[in-house]
Amino acid sequence: MNAPLPSDPLDAHTTRRAADRPPAVEVLSAEKIFANGTRALAPIDLTIAEGEFLTLIGPSGCGKSTLLKLIANLIQPSDGRILWWRGDFGQVGQGGRGLAFVFQEPTLMPWARVDANVRLPLDLADVPRGKADPRVSDALARVGLSAFARHFPRQLSGGMKMRVSIARALATDPNLLLMDEPFGALDEFTRNKLDDDLVKLWWERKLTTVFVTHSIYEAVFLSTRIVVLAANPGRIFRTMTIDEPQPRSQDFRDSARFAAYCRELSTWLAEASLPSASGVTP
Amino acid sequence: MKPLLQSETFVRIAAPLAVGVALLAVWEIGCRLGSIPVYLFPKPSDILASLIKNGPSLLRALLITLRITLQAFAAAVVLGTLIAFMFVQSRAIEVSLFPYAVLLQVTPIVAIAPLIIILVKNTQLSLTVCATLVALFPIISNTTLGLRSVDPGLASYFRMNRASRLKTLVRLRIPGALPYFFGGLRISSGLALIGAVVAEFVAGTGGRSSGLAYEILDAGFQLDIPRMFAALFLITVTGVLLFGAMVGLSKLALSNWHESEIGAEA
Repeated sequence: MNAPLPSDPLDAHTTRRAADRPPAVEVLSAEKIFANGTRALAPIDLTIAEGEFLTLIGPSGCGKSTLLKLIANLIQPSDGRILWWRGDFGQVGQGGRGLAFVFQEPTLMPWARVDANVRLPLDLADVPRGKADPRVSDALARVGLSAFARHFPRQLSGGMKMRVSIARALATDPNLLLMDEPFGALDEFTRNKLDDDLVKLWWERKLTTVFVTHSIYEAVFLSTRIVVLAANPGRIFRTMTIDEPQPRSQDFRDSARFAAYCRELSTWLAEASLPSASGVTP
Repeated sequence: MKPLLQSETFVRIAAPLAVGVALLAVWEIGCRLGSIPVYLFPKPSDILASLIKNGPSLLRALLITLRITLQAFAAAVVLGTLIAFMFVQSRAIEVSLFPYAVLLQVTPIVAIAPLIIILVKNTQLSLTVCATLVALFPIISNTTLGLRSVDPGLASYFRMNRASRLKTLVRLRIPGALPYFFGGLRISSGLALIGAVVAEFVAGTGGRSSGLAYEILDAGFQLDIPRMFAALFLITVTGVLLFGAMVGLSKLALSNWHESEIGAEA
């Protein structure tokens, strides 16, 4: 599938094509059938290139969270396999980096101050304090929360808590960032603000990111590629490439092209949600 | 500066104090007007006089009771926490042992105290054992509940980061269990005192004298009712102070983050 709009040939900032870069994650005919017989995912093939921002979107029950968990190695495929950097899951940890997962909830420890919360994954990995602390302050600076290091989570707003959760993910300097509807519980204004910051962070680090969302606008704004999934069983319906200048900002949101992408994606989602869209695969 | 009457702290201290003074005044005046004899129902002033007159012996008794209470309380906290840790290690251990913890809790201490006093020669020790048995259960049940009430999101975060059992215990389960543990402490501190006094009564009727409960028994035999009230007063004050200490401790530990203590801080 191609992008719905031709990209501007004069645009020098356009990202390199995903195909030019080495794959970070390869999902090879991976299928997931749960113990109760539910077929959450039909065999899926998907290659995520290094540095790509890939968004999974689709109606409920389309298996987008299941796919994310497969990529996170939290669950195992019933059939098929998944490769990370052309190897097993251990390859994610190359160079002492690793995988970071951001949940829908901030999941912070209420008894620990913000800096201790951000340091948690480093503490769990036995990183010494002297090495961990600079990384913690760096991560907090990048989400704009340096002034709140000694605060407790209850003193922060919902959006700030989510930032702490993202800082905790960044502190591990991950190779692969997986986010499961991280801003779903926030109001639109806060969500847009966090999306702006996320784009910058992703662009700075060239961080391979897989993002799950329900929001069409968020998907178009953030992604280099959007995978639309359909349900019963969960499978890839269509794929949309958003080839636009980086890092994106409010200008992109206000552009006519943004609106066109959203309209197109919205139509696809409607089609993916139709009963007739189901059962196409044998 | 806010006017004194609008200050939250002032009202919270002054209002109950005013009620207390009023009640004491009604008591004093009522007794005087009705000319109720001291051996039936003493006036507050009689009790105060007795408290001063019998000061040394009452104080000695108070120290004994306090010692038993604190020993029992400490033993209950240590034992209860250890048992709770054991319970959360495996469902099998909890399922097979929890009914016996309940059994211990529902058996009235008055009923088993004579047995323990006979079995354990040392009076101090036997009384401490009785009081510990009474104070133990809230610690076990609250701490077990706390250690089990782990935020599921955080639990899966720890699992994802391959945290060891020990790290999960120290960094997740124990801090999460603290509010429950302190709830248990408050109940248990009061129960330790009750256990100590009840056990002293049983021991006292058996001829082994010790503590404030024995003072009450002895005063009863001698119809020295003001001394009885004075001893009772000391028990009550001890209980209130213990409870207050536990509230303070819990505030100290939790005020930064837990909902139960945040309102008090603001």
